Amino acid sequence: MSAFAAVPHKPLRLRWSLAAGALLVSLLVLLAVFGQWLAPHDPDLIDVGQRLQPASMSHWLGTDHLGRDLLSRLIVGTRLSLGSVLLTLSLVLALGLLVGGVAGFVGGKLDLLLMRLCDMFMTFPTLVLAFFFVTLLGTGLTNVIVAIALSHWAWYARMVRGLVIAQRGREYLLAARLAGASRWSRLRQHVVPNIAGPLLVLATMDIGHMMLHVSGLSFLGLGVTPPTAEWGVMINDAKEFIWTHPQLLLWPGLMIFFSVMAFNLLGDALRDRLDPAQERH
Amino acid sequence: MLRYILLRLLLLVPVMLAVSLLVFVLLHLGSTDPALDYLRLSHIPPTDAAVAEVRQALGLDLPLYQQYWIWLCKALQLDFGISYLTGRPVLDDLLYYLPATLQLGGLALACTLLFAVPLGLLAARWQGRWPDHAVRAVTFIGVSMPNFWLAFLLIALFSLWLGWLPALGRGSPGQLVMPVLAIALMSMSINARLLRASLLEASGQRHVTYARARGLPERRVWRGHILRNAWLPLVTATGMHVGELIGGALVIETIFAWPGVGRFAVSAVLNRDFPVMQCFTLLLTGLLMLCNLLVDICYAWLDPRSRLQGVDA
Amino acid sequence: MPTPTLELRTLSVASRNTLLVDQLSLQLHRGKVCALVGSSGSGKSLSCLGMLDLLPQGLRRSGGELLLDGVSLAPAQVRGHVASLVLQNPRSAFNPVRSMASHAQETLKLRGVHGADARQQMIECLAAVGLGDHQRVLESFAFQLSGGMLQRMMIALALMAQTPYLLADEPTSDLDALSQARFLELLMELVEGHGLGVLLVTHDMGVVARCADHVLVMDAGRIVERQDTQGLFDAPASASARTLLDAHHLLTGGHP
Repeated sequence: MSAFAAVPHKPLRLRWSLAAGALLVSLLVLLAVFGQWLAPHDPDLIDVGQRLQPASMSHWLGTDHLGRDLLSRLIVGTRLSLGSVLLTLSLVLALGLLVGGVAGFVGGKLDLLLMRLCDMFMTFPTLVLAFFFVTLLGTGLTNVIVAIALSHWAWYARMVRGLVIAQRGREYLLAARLAGASRWSRLRQHVVPNIAGPLLVLATMDIGHMMLHVSGLSFLGLGVTPPTAEWGVMINDAKEFIWTHPQLLLWPGLMIFFSVMAFNLLGDALRDRLDPAQERH
Repeated sequence: MLRYILLRLLLLVPVMLAVSLLVFVLLHLGSTDPALDYLRLSHIPPTDAAVAEVRQALGLDLPLYQQYWIWLCKALQLDFGISYLTGRPVLDDLLYYLPATLQLGGLALACTLLFAVPLGLLAARWQGRWPDHAVRAVTFIGVSMPNFWLAFLLIALFSLWLGWLPALGRGSPGQLVMPVLAIALMSMSINARLLRASLLEASGQRHVTYARARGLPERRVWRGHILRNAWLPLVTATGMHVGELIGGALVIETIFAWPGVGRFAVSAVLNRDFPVMQCFTLLLTGLLMLCNLLVDICYAWLDPRSRLQGVDA
Repeated sequence: MPTPTLELRTLSVASRNTLLVDQLSLQLHRGKVCALVGSSGSGKSLSCLGMLDLLPQGLRRSGGELLLDGVSLAPAQVRGHVASLVLQNPRSAFNPVRSMASHAQETLKLRGVHGADARQQMIECLAAVGLGDHQRVLESFAFQLSGGMLQRMMIALALMAQTPYLLADEPTSDLDALSQARFLELLMELVEGHGLGVLLVTHDMGVVARCADHVLVMDAGRIVERQDTQGLFDAPASASARTLLDAHHLLTGGHP
């Protein structure tokens, strides 16, 4: 393998994927925030006389089985999807930082205990665990968010713990300690900024995954329920009409697909950017 | 080594006990009343008298710890109660549906490995050139696609439009294709990417340089020093993916009307069929822990470091 | 008959925007040790790796024609057949999941030696480098052996490959004083006994004094001085050489 083969194309590709990811994600955020004003029709307006219409001038993507405008429902659904994922992520980060931070910083028996707990949670695949928790807590969006958070937090806790331990040995922490700074302020001022980067990367890469779980559970009827406009629920509603109107399935799924892709793109690009050791991946 | 395996197997017991207790407590303290659920599923109107009768019959009027104890004693004799929904013994139902799921899961796992390994290899070997870009693009799509949407797309394509494959049910080999594909695509993509990353990392390591320095031909370097070392992360990842495949089965079986455990579990949850939920949880816990153990054993076998330095993972 | 030589002509190594090694040329002779010295960052290790075209990704190599007794060879033909490599930090040079025996086997296989013959040669070469307990060593993995032993194992592999030349990149930098002394002793034995031609990359002038016949001083990627050892120590011509010698005398308490 000659060294001549090392062609530095990376920066170009990196910039492209970072820009594309950021652009798509921003678009989604805009849709989520301003969706209800951008939607051409009321997403919940039932008009049975207009049901299952194909694409037309007044309904760009047609209507669903209750005569509701598909496009409006898709747009409004963005807020729910992004919102729920954001909430889930906040919960996951909070739990992960707390448990991981404490375990890494305090160490000893507490560390061992917490890590055993993490291991327990990590044994189970996330969808199955989320499924469990919905079983136990009951259905509904709040429970789905809690369920997914409970199934994801362990990974973050582990990562935070690893990062905290790595930081713990650094000289500047020792200096701060000698200067009399309390444990808490040391954690806050020195450790947290340094772990933010890798954590951000993990979170961005995970958002897509979480989105798939939220819509998946909703699709099964365990999360958001009709008549709320959510992409997973819309697919569930549309599945009876697959033989006659398959396009009803196409659009919500496409939205999920593009959203997940956008976040994955961003996540990949961020990871390549912030973690040079992983560049080749 | 043997001691380690035995230890791990022994550890299964307290964990399963703990999980069963936790699930039992949470289910019974949950949002709905088991007695009401039972009546609903048996299509008996929930009059006060009926409720009281059911509570007594199911032992729901006893204190919680006693209920658990009764359940546990029966469970140890492999009697997990009667399903509220089907009226049949739970274990019988689950074992009846299990083979279908295992068939799906097994094939999906095989597919995953069959495609992920060559794709990952291809991408790593030709890193930066078009095969790499092609694989990365395809796997990127695979990772981003919701599997239930993919399932419907496949149905629309192969059943509706082309008419090649039947959409629902189980029986003919043709009916296997779409469900397996729908489950496996995500796993395939993840594993291909993982293998690629793992290979690239392995190929940058110093011992690879040294191997080349000793004059070993490129093929030997790849086979003996890069691939050999890249297997490890793939093994761990595959272990984790058994879980993902089960998760996939839950959704996919429902769509394709595949008579498997996943579909059964979903309907149990939607209908609040307590005995089934309890047993299913336990079954799953045991299965996943066994999978984990298997992965650790494979890992120890492949990596002499963990074998010889003590298997304290 | 002219002395057998391995010659490197005008090797250049560059990263995206810096020239790291500038038109390096050198000659190795059988039975002689040529030291390549310089401070950190002068490009010594890169020269060694670059010579055999083993540079890490991201670095470009140009020039660097290799001639064995006047005959041009591709780097791939030189690696493992004409010249062997001994690296700094030996533990990471071995595959962590393969045993020493496995490494030895694949090296011998290149020369077409298998089975019982291979086993015999392994034992001989291990004995030659002072790793007498061959059974234990061959069964071991890299993490089970000390740095000194692994360094010797690398020499043993070079012996198994039966290459006339050896490129040693800071082989003693990670070793303690005793292991260092033993290693250098072994090296000199092989040079004198087997007529090995060695390129010894080092920053330690003590090692140079002990082993080298000829010295090349490198600074910022170029050779700034070529002299035989005695001449260098007596009358260093370049500023880099003087700096290195001053530092050396400071550390060893010798006389400038």
